[in-house]
Amino acid sequence: MINKVEPGKQHTLFSFKGTISDNQFDGILELAERKLQREATPRSTKRKVFKVLVETWQNVYHHLDDLPPDYGDSSVDFSIRKDKLAYTVSAGNHMCKHKVHSLKSYIDRVNAMSQPELKAFYLQRLSQGQFDREGGVGLGIVDIVRKTKEKITYNFKTVNKDYSYFSLQVKVSA
Amino acid sequence: MEDFYLEATPKTPKLYFSQETGEFEISGRSIPENSIEFYKPIINWLDNYVAEPNHNTVLVIKLEYFNTSSSKCLVEILRRLERLNDHSIVNVKWCYEEEDEDMQESGEDFKEIIKIPIEMVLIRE
Repeated sequence: MINKVEPGKQHTLFSFKGTISDNQFDGILELAERKLQREATPRSTKRKVFKVLVETWQNVYHHLDDLPPDYGDSSVDFSIRKDKLAYTVSAGNHMCKHKVHSLKSYIDRVNAMSQPELKAFYLQRLSQGQFDREGGVGLGIVDIVRKTKEKITYNFKTVNKDYSYFSLQVKVSA
Repeated sequence: MEDFYLEATPKTPKLYFSQETGEFEISGRSIPENSIEFYKPIINWLDNYVAEPNHNTVLVIKLEYFNTSSSKCLVEILRRLERLNDHSIVNVKWCYEEEDEDMQESGEDFKEIIKIPIEMVLIRE
């Protein structure tokens, strides 16, 4: 869905908000990619935005995978917006509250790194191989910040005593 | 041992691995949500290949996109090739398009952490 607003303001290329099942993940990403492909921006920018889409979507998947089967609310939100200067990818999902503190600390740590530090940290996490469970989520965050050269902005909202809603936003210069 | 072949899909790459020729290929896109599940069979195949490798092993990697969980699986594949050591002459070709700086950078990243030679191959569009 595209909302056209006045020139200079942000408009929405793609937006999804609702519950999602395993077999819907592919479709959502595919739709988002198709919207992105229609943009009249350099291919290198579209590649970067798509990479951010893929990594944020992967994070959503991992967080939902951690929820118990009877959790009952797999609602997510996922959008791409654009203004004159940048694309903004936003994603939101439920997650276990006991993981909030470590995730927040991790994002803050990565956001504070310089480009050389990001590269060194990325290579260290990458070389640990596939069995580093935490790395499945964490490596994506490092990659996003490294490739976009932008900090991730985020928010945690308490749902109940055991769960929170995690939202993040990533900008990619247009 | 039998060849390992998987056709490409919109989210997973073509995998072609032949013990008879020593020619391996990973091409297309690798953005599955569960990359460990996707790559597990080929990693198992490689564990068997390491036991009876071809005299020459060439892996061509030509990816349009890959997510970070796939990158960890690529490390696992390359670690298997590292184990070939004196039993096979191993070469890896990392292909990237002319304007794809990110893919070029990814290849350079792998070169830093993998002990076997990785040749950077520029594909002109």
